[in-house]
Amino acid sequence: MLSLMIVDDSNIIRRKIERGNDAKKFKVVATAANGVEAIECFVATRPDVVTMDLTMPEMDGIACIQQLMALDAGVRILVVSALSDKATGIAALKQGARGFLCKPFTDKQLTDALVELTEDDYV
Amino acid sequence: MSEETLQVFIDGAVRFFEHTNDKEVKVGTPYLVENNNPAAYDLTGIIGISGPCRGCVYFTAPRILLKHLLLSIGETDTRGEHLFDLVGEVANTISGNARTTFGHEFTISVPIMLEGAPSHIHLPENLRSYVIPIYWKAYHAAVVICLDV
Repeated sequence: MLSLMIVDDSNIIRRKIERGNDAKKFKVVATAANGVEAIECFVATRPDVVTMDLTMPEMDGIACIQQLMALDAGVRILVVSALSDKATGIAALKQGARGFLCKPFTDKQLTDALVELTEDDYV
Repeated sequence: MSEETLQVFIDGAVRFFEHTNDKEVKVGTPYLVENNNPAAYDLTGIIGISGPCRGCVYFTAPRILLKHLLLSIGETDTRGEHLFDLVGEVANTISGNARTTFGHEFTISVPIMLEGAPSHIHLPENLRSYVIPIYWKAYHAAVVICLDV
């Protein structure tokens, strides 16, 4: 089982991801409402996988990805954002994110994206 | 504002509702309003826009629509704070998705949520806005665009 941290400034999106992920494969160990909280939670819980919103107060997702990668280059980050342009996706991938899921999303799209992100663990 | 620009936001609104359990959403004919008499329902989520386009995009809806929308995305807790959260998230999603067309320079703020209509701080009184009516289930809501494009 992989540990999961959910980062989004919307509580309903955090809860949607918490409900929608595959509970047999992931255990939610932390949730955070902005990049600053995410760094604190990451240090405390060291999750294997992170879902990351981009537009957030305090510290945005791109800056947070950069800091998480500095703490642990092995963490697998799935960006979950409404920002749907290619440049933003590329910027997130350049910082170290490994996948991108555009909002709005279905539970199946979330599950598929998380499986793709972690498929090496199931080979 | 061009028809193509309006269509971007219409498509964004339709896309949001199509990802719920009650996918059937209808869009009315967009119309112009003076900002001194803005369109508004119970709750409003506003996104400030900066970059080459400046202004704001907001989504406004009655509480009852937002309650049903929460249930339709699987959220059973329909308390007030979740209604505010949702109205902001709809505005954020519609605005963020617009970057597929407008590119990354179409910079969006975090959402501001409030009861009723936006004030002149968000909506300059000397400008006009396009109102895109949204019909979902038995309810009416609107996406409102005030951009200097």
